[in-house]
Formats: sequence, structure tokens, C-alpha cells
Amino acid sequence: MNDLTPTREQREAALEGMGCRRKRVEDIRFTQGKGNYVDDVKLPGMLHGDFVRSPHAHARVKAIHTEEALKVPGVLAVITAETLKTVNLAWMPTLAGDVQMVLADGKVLFQNQEVAFVVATDRYAADDGVSKVVVEYEPLPVLVDPFKAMDPDAPVLREDLAGKTTGAHGPRKHHNHIFEWSVGDKELTDAAFKKADVTIKEMISYHRTHPSPLETCQCVCSFDKIKGELTIWGTFQAPHVIRTVVSLIAKIPEQKIHVIAPDIGGGFGNKVGAYPGYICAAVASIVTGKPVKWVEDRIENLTATAFARDYHMTTEIAATKDGKVTGLRVHVLADHGGFDACADPSKWPAGFFNIVTGSYDFPVAHLSVDGVYTNKAPGGVAYRCSFRVTEAAYCIERGMDILAQKLGMDPAELRLKNFVKPEQFPYHSALGWEYDSGDYHTAMRKMMESVDYAGLRKEQAEKRAAFQRGETREIMGIGVSFFTEIVGAGPSKNCDILGIAMFDSCEIRLHPTGAGIARMGTKSQGQGHETTWAQIIASEIGIPADNIMVEEGNTDTAPYGLGTYGSRSTPVAGAAIAMAARKIKAKAQMIAAYKLEVHEDDLEWDIDGFRVKGLPEKVMSMKDICWAAYNSVPPGMEPGLEAVSYYDPPNMTYPFGAYLCVMDIDVDTGVYKVRRFYALDDCGTRINPMIIEGQIHGGLTEAFAIAMGQEIRYDAEGNVVTGSFMDFFMPTAVETPHWETDFTVTPSPHHPIGAKGVGESPNVGGVPAFSNAVNDAFSFLGATHIQMPHDFWRNWQAAKNLGVVA
Amino acid sequence: MPKTHITMKVNGSEVEGLAEPRTLLVHFLREQAQLTGTHIGCETSHCGACTIDIDGMSVKSCTMLAVQANGCEITTIEGMANADGTLSPLQEGFRMMHGLQCGFCTPGMILRAHRLLRENPSPTEAEIRAGISGNICRCTGYQNIVKAIQYAAAKINGVEFQEAAE
Ligand code: FES
Ligand code: FES
Repeated sequence: MNDLTPTREQREAALEGMGCRRKRVEDIRFTQGKGNYVDDVKLPGMLHGDFVRSPHAHARVKAIHTEEALKVPGVLAVITAETLKTVNLAWMPTLAGDVQMVLADGKVLFQNQEVAFVVATDRYAADDGVSKVVVEYEPLPVLVDPFKAMDPDAPVLREDLAGKTTGAHGPRKHHNHIFEWSVGDKELTDAAFKKADVTIKEMISYHRTHPSPLETCQCVCSFDKIKGELTIWGTFQAPHVIRTVVSLIAKIPEQKIHVIAPDIGGGFGNKVGAYPGYICAAVASIVTGKPVKWVEDRIENLTATAFARDYHMTTEIAATKDGKVTGLRVHVLADHGGFDACADPSKWPAGFFNIVTGSYDFPVAHLSVDGVYTNKAPGGVAYRCSFRVTEAAYCIERGMDILAQKLGMDPAELRLKNFVKPEQFPYHSALGWEYDSGDYHTAMRKMMESVDYAGLRKEQAEKRAAFQRGETREIMGIGVSFFTEIVGAGPSKNCDILGIAMFDSCEIRLHPTGAGIARMGTKSQGQGHETTWAQIIASEIGIPADNIMVEEGNTDTAPYGLGTYGSRSTPVAGAAIAMAARKIKAKAQMIAAYKLEVHEDDLEWDIDGFRVKGLPEKVMSMKDICWAAYNSVPPGMEPGLEAVSYYDPPNMTYPFGAYLCVMDIDVDTGVYKVRRFYALDDCGTRINPMIIEGQIHGGLTEAFAIAMGQEIRYDAEGNVVTGSFMDFFMPTAVETPHWETDFTVTPSPHHPIGAKGVGESPNVGGVPAFSNAVNDAFSFLGATHIQMPHDFWRNWQAAKNLGVVA
Repeated sequence: MPKTHITMKVNGSEVEGLAEPRTLLVHFLREQAQLTGTHIGCETSHCGACTIDIDGMSVKSCTMLAVQANGCEITTIEGMANADGTLSPLQEGFRMMHGLQCGFCTPGMILRAHRLLRENPSPTEAEIRAGISGNICRCTGYQNIVKAIQYAAAKINGVEFQEAAE
């Protein structure tokens, strides 16, 4: 070999494979304004649809007058529930086994519910039309408080369910009851509480919030009458599922529906479900024979599309007096709004909330959840989390802090004492999950050392003493949180959506020149799939990532997949990529053996090609194998080099992390300052550290928003009082703290490349870290639990309630 | 509604069209001028996704009527690349520092940063954060956006970019 031969390191670097901080390929178009988002789609003759929405939270619709609207120049049609009934689309199934009105049918159940759809030549004309539709309402009593939903005299919200004593998930106890779900061993748990030295009980609420991606939900529907084909461009996190659902409800054959999810401006769970806008735009296109665009505005997005959380968790922990947990009991009251439109796998009415034992070795646990209807927007999406794991993590992490306080123990020490130990993995939790791998103690200790935890506690003790002496009005909080996520939905044995098993898929085609294309069942909304998926392929088959084009979001070309949400892309589709690549590699090995005239077993893989064992100069690069695959394959072998994999994971993956927040609060104003935030994440094998860190920054910012101010609030009449970015807290660069990131690596033993997924971890672990910091700050003044969100006013209120301000 | 004929210079080229008195500038740019790089996140001046540069000022183009921009000189994201088509320092900074994820806020962020660096060629981190506080990003947590702007500032000023320690 001469000096010009690249070194191993150079060859490896040229691939930009796994572990590389590869710059994103998406950015070339996004930084030049050349992204292609749904609102950028323009078709000849395209019309625009806009909704008439209900000002009332609960009212009977007596009449809808459309005559004046139809006189507005440019208005072509006004669609109401009566129109939709002619095509059997007045109601649609939800992802949670419920049904939902597409347009108000007889009455409305939440403010801003869709009542009529005006179709016009442009968005201004549509808006003019909306203003001319007159709806006669008869207001009905409004139910806002979920705790009153099952009162004997509570108003009947869902008249369509009258007399139904069973719902999608078993018996209904009341006319506003949706389901009851319980898991774990009640008797053993009750027994553990009876003989416990110490118990805590606290009502821990996780308020209603909203994912609000910067791009709202939107679509363009175009029906071709001649071919009988419907094409939909939409902001869809799961395009294939949308196609199947549209086919099932619109009775259009699936092959005649083309769903295209182009670039998406953030999703965070908001773009998983199906909304009335999609159905109405499709019907309008069928009715008018023209393409119809529906673009939601921000107020509509905040008030009518899927909210998140709204879980009220009565939490009890039993423990010995030296701090070993012996039992967990949780009851959740879940406010689902007017329709149960949660985005959860079919078998899990409360998602994966039963991960609520968290990172701790609870010998017994029992969990029950009651879902109720109220006059609020429907939804209950997994907002940057895996199906209610955020609520679960918040519940247990607050609970552990409350227990530590009661025992007079340090919260970090209490956690270390109760963690599942490394040798216990795979670990079977008391509520039925099998955690794949973990090393919690190492992560926690690394965090404690990195931030000088002992030093911080010492400083806090001094500050508290100074506060007590009246020398300062500032209090200091240290929020510790440790979380275990459950992501990668999912094994088909556990997870399906409307009966479709939750696998994912990848198809890779390599072309003669050594370039290729990979198509996926997932759909990036900013996660950088075009960059990272190519990195996996580069490492697996030795083709530079730059030579692989990744394409997602077109149901005509991509293999069927369940989409991107719940941090499932890397655990499921990432595995599908590796498996497809390995199929290609196996064929490549046969081709190389034939060309090098040796037995396959005499070949070894070497970064970007095969080498004959013991004969270092006899090599064949993957690039050359690609060429050979199209002109000189072994006799009897099919030409070509492509493979497809549908991967059904054997288990979920369980990333984890240790977070710490240091916060100072001025008791006289409630103003807080996040002095420090440290996040250690273990997501197994790290594909692109740059992208991982970026995702952590983003997730922490969303966690910060939720914990420190963001809330969807209703007044007593069911009016949304946080319906715009004026009053719904969206942190800007000014208030967003600085983030420190760190990591450990504990690969998943069952994932082909050991990766676990990370995008949601910072939201799951971040919220309890912030909330624990606030609670920790106030704890020495006698507080046990202060409800989120912790904005300035509430902090000041807390100080007032504790008697430290007048 | 009657329409008014308006002209403006966008990214160096004359653009003309008809606009109703109530047409928002962002809609005119996106629908009539076919420049879809300017995005809409709220239509109420809260998010900054629609930020463009008008006569040397950062303006949220959902805040202004198209007729008010008659005769103005406008720069949108489509006009930000170097003359030879390569990425300008800000665009390069966003890519190098991973200052974007979904990319929806990015055109507005870049246009705002562009004007910020004209107003203050060597801003501190605090000045950058205050300077872009009219622009919301849901994905990045801002930290890398700040770095992207620092990178561009260094490049424009001809000094070496030093990434601050974490
Ligand atoms: S769209 Fe103009 S500021 Fe949000
Ligand atoms: S990159 Fe998605 S909003 Fe900023």
C-alpha cells in the first residue's frame, strides 16, 4: 500500500456514519426559504376553506343560516353537518375508540368547535363568508371542572351515548364517564400501605397545556373525479395511518388515496390525530371538484386541536423509615374534554402511564385511571412524550421529593437508595413493563459530581439561614429529577393504532454508482431524519452518508409505517434501517466473494468493503460491489441491490436521565431565575451527538415553558382565556435558560444498533426538575407541594400562603 | 373588494401586483410574489416567523398591509444567499451551529439576525437574545441560534469564531 491510501480513520470519517456530528442536509433548503411546507402547496383553481366556530362551550344548535354567506363574492359552498350526513361523515372515529362530530351535529361541546365550513376562492373571501353565517344557539349548562363531571346532577354532555353503560375500555359509571382502567395488584399494595412505617399522600396535578408547533395544522385536498383519486398534502406525523383512516371512513380504495406529508414545521404530537379540517377539505374538494386548502390559524390551533396532559393524580407512596419504598398507589382523574380523542395505542386507555413506578424498584404498585368528559377541546396527545409518560414521570418525581422531605432525607440520596440496580436488568416492573437496560446509579453520580451537588446543598443551607436571619429575600431551590422513559411503540404484541400493529419500515435501494435512496415509514418534523438515517446506512454498509438520499412522507413511494411520534423513530424505524442494510450487506458479501473468487466465509467486513482474510490487498469496496450488482452477479442470483425491512421490535426501549435545576426566587415578587440547568441523558447508542444535543435543548425549553407558565385555561363558562401567544406562555430567547448537556451510554440490548431514542426525554425529565426546584426552594418554609405552572404570580402567591410576605 | 396596483422591490427585483386594501403583506409575498420562504406562524405579530427586512428595518410582514409596502425595498429569505448562490454567513452559521430543526422559524430568524448585525456588528450573547426576542422558535431552545448568530458576526467581522465553553 502506498502513502496515498487513506487510513482507516480517514475512510471511516469519509462515511460520516454513526457517532459523527454530521451537519444536517435539510438545512441547505431550510436556510434558503426553499422548504416545502403545506401552505406552500398551490394548485390551479385551488379554493380555501375556513370554519365557523362556536362561541359557546355547551349549546344546542337550533339553526344554521347560510344564505347571506353564499351571497358573498367568492363563496362557493357552506358545508354543515347536514351536508356531511349525505356522505356519512358527520361523525368520525377517534384514535381512542370514541366518535367525534366533524361539524356540530345538534349541539356543541366546547368553545371554538367547528360548526360550518365555508369554501371560497381565497382565504379572505372564506373569512368574509364565515362572518355572514348566522347560527342560532341555545346555551346549556357548562361543565368545566373535571372533579364535578361525575356529580349526580352534572349536565349530560354526550347525548349520543345516552344509555350506553359500556365504552371502548369497559363499563361506564356515569353519563360523563369515559373509562376506568386499573393495573397492578390492589390487595398487595393495600397491604404494603397498612404495614408501612411512613406514607405520603398528595394530589399532584399536571395542568392542561398545548404542543403548539410554530406551523399550525393544515392540508390541501384534491379529488380527481375522473380517476376517483384523492390526493392530500397535510401536516401529518403519520401519513400512512391517515391514508388508511381516510380510506376506511370515506370508502375510497386505499390505493386511490395519495397522502403526502411535505416538510413539517414542528409536530410535538399535535399533528398525529385527524381533525375536522382534513375531513371538511376532502369533502369540499369532492363536492366542488376543485382542490381545497385548509390552514388553521393560531387561535384555532390553541383552542381546538389536541391539547396535552390535564391529569389529576392522587399519589401515595409507602416506605420504611430508612427510606426504602415499599408500595405505590396512584389514582388519576383524566379530563379528556368533549370527545375522547387521545392519541394512544388501542390497548392503553391511559397510554403508558403505568410506567409511573419510574426508575425505582417498587415491589408492589396499583394504578387506576378514570377518564371524564368536560366542555373542553378534545385530545390528550402525547405532547413530546410517549403516551402519558410525562405525567407519570412528574407524578413519581414529585412523589419521591415529597417522601424525601417527610423522611428528612436528601432527595438524591433517596433516589440512589431506591433505583433499580444495574444487575436487575432486564427489570420487570410491578406495573407490567420489562425495562431493557439501565445504569441509573452511574448516571446519577455523574450528575452529582458534575454540578458539585454537595456544594450546592451547602450553599443552600447557608442561604436559608441568611433568609431566616432576614438578610436576604431570595430563596434557592435545587430540583433533582431522574426519569425512565418508555419509547419505541411498539412491539405489535403491545401496541396498535385502530388495529394496525405498530411496526416500522425502511426500503433501501443502492444504484450502480454506489449512490442510493432510502424510503421510510416515518416522517420527520424537524428531527433531522434525512441526516441521521443516512448515517446509520453509512455505518452499516460503507456507503458515504452523502450518497444516500432519504425520503419520507409520500405514501405512494414509502413502505407502510406508523409515523413519527412518541420517540419511536429511532427505536423502531432506526432498527428497520439497520435490518434492511444488513440484508443488502449479506447479498453484497455473496457478490464480493464471487468477484474475488473466494468463499464468503473467507471475507471480512472492513469499514467500506470486504477484504479477504489474511490477504489485505484483496479487497472490494461497497461502491464496486454496487456496480457489480448490476452487471456481474453470481450465476442464478437476481441483479440489483435493494432490500426492505418491516421491523417489529421485541420490546420497548427505556432511555433515562438525571437532571438538575438550580433556581433562585425572590419571595417579594415571585420572580425566579434559573441559575443552572444540567441534563444528563442516556439514550443508548448516539447516532448524531449534535442532533441529540439540539433535541435536548428544544425539549428542555418546552419543559421550561410548561413548568414555569404555559397553561390552557378556561373560565367558568368554558371560555378559553389563553387562546393566543399573548396569554399562552411561549418562551423567547430572553427568558429561556442556558442548557448544559451530558451523557452516559447504556445501549439497548435488543435494538440492532443499541439506540433508544431521545427527543422527548428532556421534556419528560425537565418538567419535574423545574417543579422540584420551585418546591425545594419553598420546602424549608413548610410547603410540601405547590401546583404547576410556577409563574411569578403563583410563586408570590406561594410565598404569601406560607406567610413570608404580607 | 377593489384592488390597488402596487409595486415594490423584493430581493433586488421589481414585483408588482394587485392587492386589496386589507391584504396582509405576508400574504401578498407568499401568494402573489410566489415567495413562500416567509412563513406564517400566528398572523398576530407574536411569533416572528414572517419577519422580513423593509427599507432597513426588521418588520413582521403579518403586521403590515401590502399597500403600505408600495414602493418599498424588501429583503426576504430568498434574497439572503450570496450572489454566487452559496450560503451567506448567517445561513452558514445556522447550519454549522445546528441553529434550526424544523426550519419553520428559520427564515424569520435569519432576517431578524441580519438586521441585528447591521445595527450591532458585535453583539454580546445578552444583546443577541434581546435582539431576537420577537421571534419564537419551538424546536431549538435558542442556544444554537445564538451561536449561529455569533458565528456569522465573527465571519462578517473577519475574526475567528470561538465557541463559548458549555
Ligand atoms: S406570522 Fe407574523 S408574527 Fe407570527
Ligand atoms: S426550528 Fe422549528 S420553530 Fe425554530
